[in-house]
Amino acid sequence: MGTYLTAFIVGGIICVIGQLLFDLTPFTPGHILTGFTVGGGILGGFGLYDRLISFAGAGALLPISSFGNSLAKGAMSEAARTGILGILTGMFELTSTGITSAILFGFIMAVFFKPKG
Amino acid sequence: MDRNWINNWQRLKHPKPPLIKNIIYAFIFGGLICTFGQLILNIYISLGVPQQEAGNPTVATVIFIAASLTAAGVFDDIASIAGAGIAVPVTGFANSVTSMAIEFRREGLVTGTGSKMFALAGSVIVFGVVTAFVVGLISALI
Repeated sequence: MGTYLTAFIVGGIICVIGQLLFDLTPFTPGHILTGFTVGGGILGGFGLYDRLISFAGAGALLPISSFGNSLAKGAMSEAARTGILGILTGMFELTSTGITSAILFGFIMAVFFKPKG
Repeated sequence: MDRNWINNWQRLKHPKPPLIKNIIYAFIFGGLICTFGQLILNIYISLGVPQQEAGNPTVATVIFIAASLTAAGVFDDIASIAGAGIAVPVTGFANSVTSMAIEFRREGLVTGTGSKMFALAGSVIVFGVVTAFVVGLISALI
């Protein structure tokens, strides 16, 4: 699942796309990161993002577009297994780790560290 | 607001940054973060985590590191050079959650940290879920 070289190149290219959007468009970083997530979800719907992951490994896994892909994949695979309600039950199946750890670590840091200034 | 690259973005944007330099830094930092992620991924796989599931602990590890760098106050210093190179990977997501959590600590753990934590990252989740719902619905119907 990916090599160091493909991870570096693909991860780098995805970040360059983000940098171009940051610098050349009037969109806020929030808009752009949301756009990456939506884009990842759509590519995931076509099964394309998984191909990118198997080629680039962490180079496709770490960019935030992967989050959209995981949401879509979770919803799709559970819907295929259990019917239309599976969209609701499967939605966070694959992204649970990311959201849970972001909440947990964010909370722990907030308890132990004081804001600057 | 020092920990949060989003709030400092205007400062970075004006005066107009040298585009080529930004692109090179974004490529190098983004590439290095993903290469580092690949290393962690390979470590988990070698520890016996199935290949398809090794992404989960990898993402959690990277989030932990980004949250620690944010708490230590150095994330923003790196972000001012790396730009999208550190903002687009899940490190940016972790930073926005952690920086809000710490920043609003002064308003209390419940009314501040708890409720403001996703003030920035929330839109990524909301639009991700809406997209995934539509995608899931279409795939279930065809």
